[in-house]
Amino acid sequence: MIRLYDYELSGNCYKLRLLLHWLGLSYERIPVDFHPGREHRSARFLQHINPLGQLPVLADGDFLLRDAQACLVYLASRYDPGQQWYPDDARTRGRITLWLATADDLTRSVAAARQHYSFAMDADIARCDALAHATLRLMDDTLAEQQASTRQWLAGTKLPSIADIACFPYAALASEARIDLRRYPALQRWIHAMRHQSGFIAMPGILDPAL
Amino acid sequence: MPFCTEDPNVRNDWLTIGAARALDGHTPKRPWHTRLLDNSLMAWRDTGGKASVQADGVRLPTLERYGYLWVWTGDGPPRPMFELPEFAEPGRRIVDCGGIGVATSGLRVIENFLDMGHFPYIHTGTLGRVPHTEVAPYRTHVDATTGEIWALDCHFFQPQASASAAGGIDAQYRYRVMQPFTAALYKSSPNRPGAQDVIGLFVQPLDDEHVIAHVLLVYYEDQLSDASMIAFQHMIFGQDKPILESQRPRRLPLSGPLEAHMRCDLASTTYRRWLRQRGMRFGVHTEETP
Repeated sequence: MIRLYDYELSGNCYKLRLLLHWLGLSYERIPVDFHPGREHRSARFLQHINPLGQLPVLADGDFLLRDAQACLVYLASRYDPGQQWYPDDARTRGRITLWLATADDLTRSVAAARQHYSFAMDADIARCDALAHATLRLMDDTLAEQQASTRQWLAGTKLPSIADIACFPYAALASEARIDLRRYPALQRWIHAMRHQSGFIAMPGILDPAL
Repeated sequence: MPFCTEDPNVRNDWLTIGAARALDGHTPKRPWHTRLLDNSLMAWRDTGGKASVQADGVRLPTLERYGYLWVWTGDGPPRPMFELPEFAEPGRRIVDCGGIGVATSGLRVIENFLDMGHFPYIHTGTLGRVPHTEVAPYRTHVDATTGEIWALDCHFFQPQASASAAGGIDAQYRYRVMQPFTAALYKSSPNRPGAQDVIGLFVQPLDDEHVIAHVLLVYYEDQLSDASMIAFQHMIFGQDKPILESQRPRRLPLSGPLEAHMRCDLASTTYRRWLRQRGMRFGVHTEETP
């Protein structure tokens, strides 16, 4: 049985819910009181679940894995025999890994600013804004080139990969970090395309296109 | 720094600055910081355990009530705090869901809270579901003694009315507005037939267009963890937040043809009329709003 240590408003938890759903896997959600309880920083959580005090954490049987991007790699490697999400190709995996690292830049910038505005957590907003715009600009430039070909997704694949899932939540939640996406048209087309993938599920702040 | 408004509807009222437990571990030397009406506040617990809140070097009248801190920023003597007797009822569970920042007027946050019409579209599968979109007639009145608004005899079909609801129910609702930035909802308790759970919405105005919205649950519930109950409320509030932040103008219009009203908006219409009659200015859109 797969269990997900989860917080409803976390984009990093949401990306695992999204992949689990697309893979058709059933799993148990274990809600963690991230706010206001800061349960992810409790002694019990640090000792038994994740010493870094971060969400999400995935438990597959007795295998415990932290870090959203690591969990995406694990789930796609273990449960996607068709290899849509993590294709076994050297260049593709190289590019996917690059975007998994970029997803961490979005967490450090967009997610940090969003936590500041939503949960009154400390953040250096000027630094967050600068890194967010640099990262979104890189994504927009890449996507503009990809969209001119048939390989429209972030890692140059014909179908979305875990690179797209990793970067999607905090790009789509940018307005909650008071970041205007209007100057990133290719990025906006990509967000639209992600939301209209068959079987897409939403999270608070990212609307289900069916609504 | 002075507070950013002189509006007596705000200054002569109890305003929340967050959950009382935020002060845990804070002393005069190591105060807790927050903001209210575009001003910085420092708060701590005295050695006797009493909550102290200071703005501009001056102590504000402070109450610790319903698990929350309330301050009075007006010049006159504070009036009594509104009553929430359910908070002390035996058998009820108190769960603080914390505050979430929203970039809009607090008046819009309260108005959205009073609106059942958006349930099927924004809270699909929980508080509503298409095609059950009709808001049945209900009534509102302003209590002559307390001046509070009540919306009574509300009911709405809800596929999952709360974290513990096992199936769809026709949820019975009562709404109450105690102060311009303070409201409560009473709804059918899935765990105790005939009783009502209470959700308090306490809005901390940071300025005319930014707030922290605090949610307090006063429930009959002995199965679910705090984290599960909070997750449900955060899901609901997280769905409202982008809608609230996209509304323009950010401040609430109280007059003119800016936004049309329908029968289903009775609570909203009553709230706006109540604000207009009080001469509300803070958080209100006017022709002069920049």
